[in-house]
Amino acid sequence: MTGALMSGIVSYGSYIPRFRIKPEEIARVWGEDADSIKNGIYILSKSVPAPDEDVATISVEAARNAIKRKKLDPRLIGALYIGSESHPYAVKPTSTIVSSAVGMDFSLFAADYEFACKAGTAGMQNVKAMVDSNLIKYGMAIGADTSQGAPGDVLEYSASAGGTAMVIGKEDVIAEINHTLSVTSDTPDFWRREGEPYPRHGERFTGEPAYFRHTLSASKLMLENRGTTPADYDYAVFHQPNGKFPTRAAKTLGFQESQYKDGLLTPFIGNTYSGSMMTGLSAILDIAKPGDRIFAVSFGSGAGSDAFDITVTDKIDEFDRHGAPTIKEQLSKVRWLDYALYSKFKKKLIVGDGIE
Amino acid sequence: MGEVSRFWREAVHRYRLVGHRCGNCERTYFPPRDVCPVCHRDSVGKMKEFELSGKGTIESFTVIHEVPSPFVRQRPYILAIVKLDEGPSLTAQIVDVDPGEVEIGKRVSAVFRKIAQQGSSGIIQYGYKFVLD
Repeated sequence: MTGALMSGIVSYGSYIPRFRIKPEEIARVWGEDADSIKNGIYILSKSVPAPDEDVATISVEAARNAIKRKKLDPRLIGALYIGSESHPYAVKPTSTIVSSAVGMDFSLFAADYEFACKAGTAGMQNVKAMVDSNLIKYGMAIGADTSQGAPGDVLEYSASAGGTAMVIGKEDVIAEINHTLSVTSDTPDFWRREGEPYPRHGERFTGEPAYFRHTLSASKLMLENRGTTPADYDYAVFHQPNGKFPTRAAKTLGFQESQYKDGLLTPFIGNTYSGSMMTGLSAILDIAKPGDRIFAVSFGSGAGSDAFDITVTDKIDEFDRHGAPTIKEQLSKVRWLDYALYSKFKKKLIVGDGIE
Repeated sequence: MGEVSRFWREAVHRYRLVGHRCGNCERTYFPPRDVCPVCHRDSVGKMKEFELSGKGTIESFTVIHEVPSPFVRQRPYILAIVKLDEGPSLTAQIVDVDPGEVEIGKRVSAVFRKIAQQGSSGIIQYGYKFVLD
């Protein structure tokens, strides 16, 4: 399972909109206690898309950042899968817009995926399989969302926007994917019906039967499969619906704070849904050294988890990580919104005719 | 439906800033031109597609307060003439910034954004806007 031919990540890029809102501001409007919200879900701010941003624009920026870092000819990318639960169209694939905007070839495998928050990592598994079977040279998987939370609902504190693109290939791999596996079950923890603007959550299903069962099961299966323990990894990153869940999952499995702190972004940007775990992984790749081993597990409501065992290679030293903005750089460029501007940006206001 | 086909025809230029470069004098044009206005007939058949870097400088700008109704959510918005590093100038919105922060001479980079949409059921039109570096 070692050697130059193992497939893995050859480039990566992320994009987080620069607008932010704080839980204090949301709590002020809805008469809730900001401190108890902050302590309860450990979110200090969340990203908000600009009025002219959606999953297509976020995906394009993430994809361009991945292409810039490797100076990759986009025509060599043979497959593009975009995972999101907020694709701009119900019918008209985001992947068609993104492939055109980054200049991919007409000869291209492409589709949009939806599996709540794990559609992007499902795309990673898909393009890895296509690379392994020599169907394509490079494949790109994107996880991106401009997620929805109903006004006054607890999800409004976390539902944010952002995305990450991973390019998978076999040559000049910066992080080998040693193994990947998934778990899936029919669990009604969270859903949004066709045409509905906001999702609903199945209250008691949210924690134990959904997030923890799937995340922990996939994690344990991966440790078992690889014959490893948490101590064998330098970094661990999990899906981050809030700041608390991934921390508890990590601790339950036996990971230390030093292993999971660098990939934990939700306290600063909120839950980017399909972009969540992948953006955490992106933050780790920004700082990882050759030989570092990464444990990465996503979760999607409905429900399922995708687990990845990753080893950073020597190639990361030659790779131009600063060829595109790092997560740290993107976290430093922030513009704060109050609830009124946030409502306008997120189209939560009822407007008259002629205003989109 | 005329808008749908017009935008589709121009998508590659609007999405990726693809212009033309004259194979005779090496001047770059955006939007693309079939004939170089300097070389005229000498450029015929020599105009090649050229992807611009999206890096440029603000040459001039204006702040729009009286906006068309689809832009009310973005009011006031900034419209600038950006001189791209490869030569051509174009008109585009400067976004993610307060009007007071925009100055002539500031460096900008192209971003991919929603330009317009035809109501809630129509096509969404994407293209270039710029952010301050």
